[in-house]
Amino acid sequence: MSRFFRNLLRLRRGPWEMIASALIVLGVFMLMQPFSLWAYGNSFMVTLAGTVMFIIVSHFPEED
Amino acid sequence: MPDKTMDRIAKATPPQVATRIRGLSDRTIAWIFVAPTIFLLLAINIFPLIWTIRLSFTNFRVNRVNADVKWIGLRNYERILTDPDIWHTMQVTAHFLFWTLFLQVLIGFALAYLINKKFRGNDLWTTLIVLPMMLSPAVVGNFWKFLYQPQIGLFNYVVGFFSGTDPSSFSMIGSIDLAPWAIVIVDTWMWTPFVTLICLAGLRSIPDYIYEAAEIDRASKWRQFWTITVPMVLPFLMLAVLFRGIENFKMFDLVVQLTGGGPGSATELTSINLKREAFEKWRTGYASAYAVILFVTIFGLASIYVKALNRVKER
Repeated sequence: MSRFFRNLLRLRRGPWEMIASALIVLGVFMLMQPFSLWAYGNSFMVTLAGTVMFIIVSHFPEED
Repeated sequence: MPDKTMDRIAKATPPQVATRIRGLSDRTIAWIFVAPTIFLLLAINIFPLIWTIRLSFTNFRVNRVNADVKWIGLRNYERILTDPDIWHTMQVTAHFLFWTLFLQVLIGFALAYLINKKFRGNDLWTTLIVLPMMLSPAVVGNFWKFLYQPQIGLFNYVVGFFSGTDPSSFSMIGSIDLAPWAIVIVDTWMWTPFVTLICLAGLRSIPDYIYEAAEIDRASKWRQFWTITVPMVLPFLMLAVLFRGIENFKMFDLVVQLTGGGPGSATELTSINLKREAFEKWRTGYASAYAVILFVTIFGLASIYVKALNRVKER
């Protein structure tokens, strides 16, 4: 766990990509879920944030 | 012979042109070769994408070309993301996507596993299994429409025969509850062979000596399946899921032929809904915003998927 946060602070690709992927998956789930209109309404922002973040962080250096 | 042709071409080249070409660096020549592709990519992919994003912020209607086009900011996005009808089409798409992928992977892998065993008539069965994939979606749509007919349809007859119900007592494409399953069945029938073929390629790429080594180590068949077959076929399976997932997210032709999005909006997938907004209601700006939302969703998922695929391949 501490390694995850250390790599996060050092701007390494692995943990940041994981966060971006989690945002995209969450966004897609929010878009297609049948439970809450509020979640549907905010899904695009979450997916877009995750996608843009993924594009940026995939240029970060690899973990040591 | 080719040398002679080359000599003739070289002689036919005007001296000024020949000098100019000789003076070009390798990098420039490489750019000259790549430039047409880049130009086509920009013209066919990038330009329409940027244009769509621009239109998504306007109230443009393509059937009123002379009307003033107003910049309305994020209003189209707001409307889409608060519209319960579009929310419903997203749920219909999710149902279709989940069940088609689940069934296609399950049946596709099982068929590939069976076909991979050496038996007589193996090639014939492979050909028969891939046949549905070769048909046009329009043909398949019409063909299944007949099969689903309550009075004369073979599907209803078979279901009736096994379940003891009256074949004409239910209509697969006329019932709100059954229609979403009707499109899942047809898509699974049509595209399972694609998953089968990809899995078969994966299974045939596993060298026999790995299984032989496992046999020597007295690994059971069950253990061989989970520790050799599944991990080595996994990248191929993931590729199949990626292809089918993206294709099914934008599924249009098959469902339009089969149900037209009905009854009501029970089988109205996002692509059908998008087409209605763009070319029936002519709300081009609104439809552009809708298309951008779908594009970002697919792009995000594809990014994760390609990353995961590379990781599995490295492993």
